[in-house]
Amino acid sequence: MLKRLMPHPILSVALVLVWLMLVNHVSLGNLLLGAILALVVPALTGPYWPNRPKVSHPFVAIEYVLVVLWDIVVANIQVAMIILFKRNADIRSRWVTVPLELTSPEAITVLAGTITMTPGTVSAMLSADGSCILVHCLHTDDPDGVRDDIKARYERRLKEIFQ
Amino acid sequence: MDMDLLIEFLVAFCLVVSGVFGFVGSFGLLKLRDTMQRLHSPTKASTLGVGGVLVASMVYFVAIKGDFTFHELLISLFLFLTAPISANFIAKTYLTRSGRDEELPATASEYGWSIHDDPPQISDQPKE
Repeated sequence: MLKRLMPHPILSVALVLVWLMLVNHVSLGNLLLGAILALVVPALTGPYWPNRPKVSHPFVAIEYVLVVLWDIVVANIQVAMIILFKRNADIRSRWVTVPLELTSPEAITVLAGTITMTPGTVSAMLSADGSCILVHCLHTDDPDGVRDDIKARYERRLKEIFQ
Repeated sequence: MDMDLLIEFLVAFCLVVSGVFGFVGSFGLLKLRDTMQRLHSPTKASTLGVGGVLVASMVYFVAIKGDFTFHELLISLFLFLTAPISANFIAKTYLTRSGRDEELPATASEYGWSIHDDPPQISDQPKE
């Protein structure tokens, strides 16, 4: 019964918090409206999201967010340097295939988003069975190093969080 | 008084940083050669561009106006949710239309990339 009513408890909590942050004022009326949203939205979207993801290590998740934020700042500076100071002829772009050990769709989504936001890489596509991800590298001389970096830095942490 | 000056320096610094990165992001769009390369500059260089403005806005409103809003945090949250997804859509559309399939590396499994190959069906799997 509770599962029917709240198919995604974390989503519901997140919706209430986002609603309160949007109106930027905590009052009983806003809390009530947020609670209604938190019940209606997961119920409406539930059929498209049948499995409830397991999140087991919240502290690793916080560590993950901090690592990614730091990497985004570094990525910005690196990409800016490449754009400004490298001639087009010297930029060697590569495709890199990263085999995935993650299986849950939520974890793969987070990984793909992270790859796009961080140093010189954009995630382009999954293989049809979801076992590897295609990554485009703006400039690298060492495609294997890029792959190992992604696996060691992000996928390892995501595996701890989602499995 | 000194404090105010310090905060103004901080706000100005954030604005200048964001302006520089916003400019580099747009410049990259012009300079780089093909679609996949161009995709790199708006997804990254502009994150810090927008982020700098948001940090400047937060510092200004907290320290000088004295009221705190969550809106900047929400804007960055929505940006982090939407930027990778739109980049992914652009990449997929480009790969589908460009017809340069032979450039792509092979997948690590027997199934091809998702724009060329169907996902494994339940009926494909061996019966237990």
